[in-house]
Amino acid sequence: MDLFTTLSFYMSKPFVVNALIVGVLIALCSSLLGVTLVLKRYSFIGDGLSHVAFGAMAIAAVLGLTNNMPLVLTITVVCAVLLLRMGKNAKIKGDAAVAMISVGALAIGYLLMNIFNTGSSNLSGDVCSTLFGSTSILTLSTFDVWMCVILSVIVVVFFVLFYNRIFSVTFDENFARATGQRAGLYNLLIAIVIAVIIVISMQLVGSLLISALVIFPALSAMRVFKSFKSVTICAAIVSVVCALIGLFTSILAGTPVGSTIVAADIVVFFLFYIIGAVTKRNA
Amino acid sequence: MPQIKCTDLSLGYGSQQILSDLSFEVNAGEYLCIVGENGSGKTTLMKTLLGLQKPLGGSIEFGDGVTSRTIGYLPQQTDVQRDFPASVQEIVLSGCLGRDGFRPFYNKDDKALAQNAMERMNIVDLSRRCYRELSGGQQQRVLLARALCATEKILLLDEPVAGLDPKVTLEMYELIESLNKNDRVTIIMISHDIDKALRYATHILHIGNELFFGTREEYLTQREKGKGDA
Repeated sequence: MDLFTTLSFYMSKPFVVNALIVGVLIALCSSLLGVTLVLKRYSFIGDGLSHVAFGAMAIAAVLGLTNNMPLVLTITVVCAVLLLRMGKNAKIKGDAAVAMISVGALAIGYLLMNIFNTGSSNLSGDVCSTLFGSTSILTLSTFDVWMCVILSVIVVVFFVLFYNRIFSVTFDENFARATGQRAGLYNLLIAIVIAVIIVISMQLVGSLLISALVIFPALSAMRVFKSFKSVTICAAIVSVVCALIGLFTSILAGTPVGSTIVAADIVVFFLFYIIGAVTKRNA
Repeated sequence: MPQIKCTDLSLGYGSQQILSDLSFEVNAGEYLCIVGENGSGKTTLMKTLLGLQKPLGGSIEFGDGVTSRTIGYLPQQTDVQRDFPASVQEIVLSGCLGRDGFRPFYNKDDKALAQNAMERMNIVDLSRRCYRELSGGQQQRVLLARALCATEKILLLDEPVAGLDPKVTLEMYELIESLNKNDRVTIIMISHDIDKALRYATHILHIGNELFFGTREEYLTQREKGKGDA
């Protein structure tokens, strides 16, 4: 079979179509807040939250829930709010608090999975797929797909409605506060949305690789583009294209989905880095 | 009625008090310079006026149509901004957000206001340029234009000429002076440079070891006296 017939063979399978829909939506959402995360120095919070999501997954597994998404989502959102509050009243410094919570969640998660290991003979396989993503994107239940679609729509609508505010609190929080904008509220909303993005992204790339999905497209776009709007649009396009390349490659070559997508993101980053350096020299 | 009236203000962080017994007022059209040694609490005072932190004691009253929410603010530049991908127009427009409440997008009035502010700061030709690629003086003009979108009444400037070369520094001072004289914008400026402060300001607030508040003339007489005694 040549490449085209192989692809059309896979495209006729509903589970592949589902995976593509979810993959594109996740890539789109994760890239939107990337610029804000990078510039507000929130990227480490994103990283910490992804470990929290792993711990929450473990709890859901121990409880034997079939639909773990609602529980994981709740725990991660609560932790996002806590981390943001901690960053403010610096009794424990923000980054140390993040390290504490994230490593703690990772350890407790693995511990729980071990203690309550109910006959699953392939524990390390389970853990590995939660951390690095697995073929689970190809075995999504209808519930997962709908949950992902709904959450993605919420994230995109939030982003469009609050676009100008997000710009403002990212660029200069003090000015925003001083001129009567509700910066605290926007920060809170941003943290919650980050948590939502992380939870839905986990299905695609696994909890260890989520940060890559959030940060790489933004960093790539920032090499080349110069306004907030163009950077945001470019990051979204880069992210979706990389996700599609990664998904198709992994279907055709049998590579793990998450790491293939991240590899595509890395390649694009270096391309943009070179383009940025060349155009700067010529300008 | 003064725009800002501070009575027996004491400032600081937590239990650490930096300043106490600070009383002064600012009326419409005045040009107040806040001077003092490093670490004397200039920036803390400014943050308190802006409502970014609470005073430890005393009171701040706003009048004449001014509230802590309608003060334009020119902050010192942060590291984040030096690497920020944003066009000049995006930044200037963001000054309008305070008055927009929860309306999600900019309307015609906002855009006209931003255009007008850019014209006054003489940066219209830069409006599509990237902020991080501008010179220091140009960046300050952009931030001033943004502050003008937030208010027409009163501007707080935190070391507006820090890091600028002498020629641009002079231009900046003249720009601020014309805002004060021609547009009747009240100016409160934090400055290191006491000689420049004396040249443009109508009032001086000196904080730190010695507390002084009064007009420029009073400050000069007191300084002469001080020299005479020494």
